[in-house]
Amino acid sequence: MSLDPGLTVEALPERRGRAALGFAGGVAGFLLTLAITLFGLVVVTFVIGRVVPIDPVLAVVGDRASAATYQRVRAEMGLDLPLIEQFRVYLVKAVTGDFGRSVLTTNPVIEDIRTYFPATIELATLGTLIGTLIGVPLGVFAAVRSGSVLDQIVRIVGLVGYSVPIFWLGLMALLLFYAKLDWVAGPGRLDIAYDYLVTPVTGLLLVDSLMQGQLDVFWNAISHIVLPAALLGYFSLAYISRMTRALLLNELAQEYVVTARIKGLSEARVIWRHALRNAAVPLLTVVVLSYATLLEGSVLTETVFSWPGIGSYITSSLQNADMNAVLGGTLVVGAAFVTLNLVSDLLYRLLDPRTR
Amino acid sequence: MTPLLEVEDLHVRFPLTEGTIEAVRGISFTLGRERLGIVGESGSGKSQTGRAILGLTARPGEVTAKRLAFDGIDLMAAPERLRRSLRGSRMTMVMQDPRYSLNPVMTVGQQIIESYRAHKRVSGRDARRAALAMLDEVRITAPDRVMALYPHELSGGMGQRVMIAMMLITGPELLIADEPTSALDVTVRGEVLRILDQLVAERGMGLILISHDLEMVASFCDRVLVMYAGKIVEELASGALDQARHPYTRGLIGCLPKLAGDSHPLPVLTRDPAWAR
Repeated sequence: MSLDPGLTVEALPERRGRAALGFAGGVAGFLLTLAITLFGLVVVTFVIGRVVPIDPVLAVVGDRASAATYQRVRAEMGLDLPLIEQFRVYLVKAVTGDFGRSVLTTNPVIEDIRTYFPATIELATLGTLIGTLIGVPLGVFAAVRSGSVLDQIVRIVGLVGYSVPIFWLGLMALLLFYAKLDWVAGPGRLDIAYDYLVTPVTGLLLVDSLMQGQLDVFWNAISHIVLPAALLGYFSLAYISRMTRALLLNELAQEYVVTARIKGLSEARVIWRHALRNAAVPLLTVVVLSYATLLEGSVLTETVFSWPGIGSYITSSLQNADMNAVLGGTLVVGAAFVTLNLVSDLLYRLLDPRTR
Repeated sequence: MTPLLEVEDLHVRFPLTEGTIEAVRGISFTLGRERLGIVGESGSGKSQTGRAILGLTARPGEVTAKRLAFDGIDLMAAPERLRRSLRGSRMTMVMQDPRYSLNPVMTVGQQIIESYRAHKRVSGRDARRAALAMLDEVRITAPDRVMALYPHELSGGMGQRVMIAMMLITGPELLIADEPTSALDVTVRGEVLRILDQLVAERGMGLILISHDLEMVASFCDRVLVMYAGKIVEELASGALDQARHPYTRGLIGCLPKLAGDSHPLPVLTRDPAWAR
């Protein structure tokens, strides 16, 4: 019954090599999935553009144009070509970032996106940061003291976050902290006095103003962003704290937690180092998805706070039948969503040795 | 001389909404630096006994005892801080299945070193050296390679040897082994048991081996306690299984499969509700 030690050594996996291969394979698969999904996205936006009852030619030439002008513009826009040919042109343009001109702003759509999208990224990033930094510890305490008063409070805080509509909470927050208490600046990204002081490099106002040493602009921007970011943060906190609690409770019931206690480790180490480290693997997906949701879905917040972000850009374009802008914006937001999803997949592999 | 472990009238209760479940109902025994086996079926309270000694009864369980003492230290009166410092350094436990009892996202090395440094003030380098030596003691070849592996990359037998190394690296005096081989392939059980046997003998530890396998326990331990429904129904010297008096023990022995002869139909244990009283 004895085990030949020589044999067991041979049976040991060569860890480094295999892990590297697994990760490289993961990246290759990642890029392939990305390409396929983005292609699908282009197809969908193309079909939407052809199906909606909006005549893109009319949007350009207006109602009173002569039939000849109409036909000329229609040909210029390539709309007289066969559908498959139109798609080929559309695909090539989409890949090169050419979404045409916005009827509303008369700028190329890609330039508009470059202005509006960073504003959304800034807001969503700060919101997710707030939601994670507060939500995760809250979830941990709720799990460790499950059933206690603290757990109930966290539950109620989360429930309110889920159920109260953001436009109401946003307006109330503006009313209280801006209009009544005057603690923060109001809607918009900056006071008018500070406009155009910072040259957009990344488009992220906080980053640009810091890099250019414009501290007063930076603080003004902070004062503007803090309220909408806190609101978005509250909504992601509601979700993240609930998920942290559930995931951690599941981990705390595992045998390796008993092992950690047998070792005589402190309860803090058992929870944060052992249980939470395991819960962090699925939790990462939760955080990234909540970030992606904030990127695409903060239209209401942007409207309430007059935030010049991609959500309000797409919405106002839609209301003005500006199809180029709508489709371009949709494509970019969709691409960001897909990329984030796949990035969370890759990080998952990094965090969990079993998936390598 | 004070015995290593004194247990007198130990109870473990779980108050649940449907009523209180009493997993251990007043058991008493003492343990020196010897091997004591506790056998019993699932739910007989043998594992809860082990956890209660370590102070790891899961919430909302309650432990009461007239006396529960380790090396003269009254554990019932000891503050949690003292119990924690005893755990892992002077008393420890090896659990059933290394696939679940090792942390899946930490390497073998990290887990063993953590166990050592939880109780010893040593440098990382010294801890690593101790871990390598300990892996060598549980007969793991190429320990430096095993240190870098994650639990899912180990076989069951190797995982359990890693578990033993992790739990014995601090040189504890009492080891509770809770079904240490029942999750392993039959072919590696003997190997793991032999390693355990040797380490316990060399270090003069006290051992409580918890199992449902009467034959294995009898061949390994000096004394055997038989538990049924939360009580000790019989205590036997391991060489004297044939002198068992309690009908439950006799029934268990009667159910052991025999190679010689054809026993058909297989004997089945008939339970008497009076045993649980």
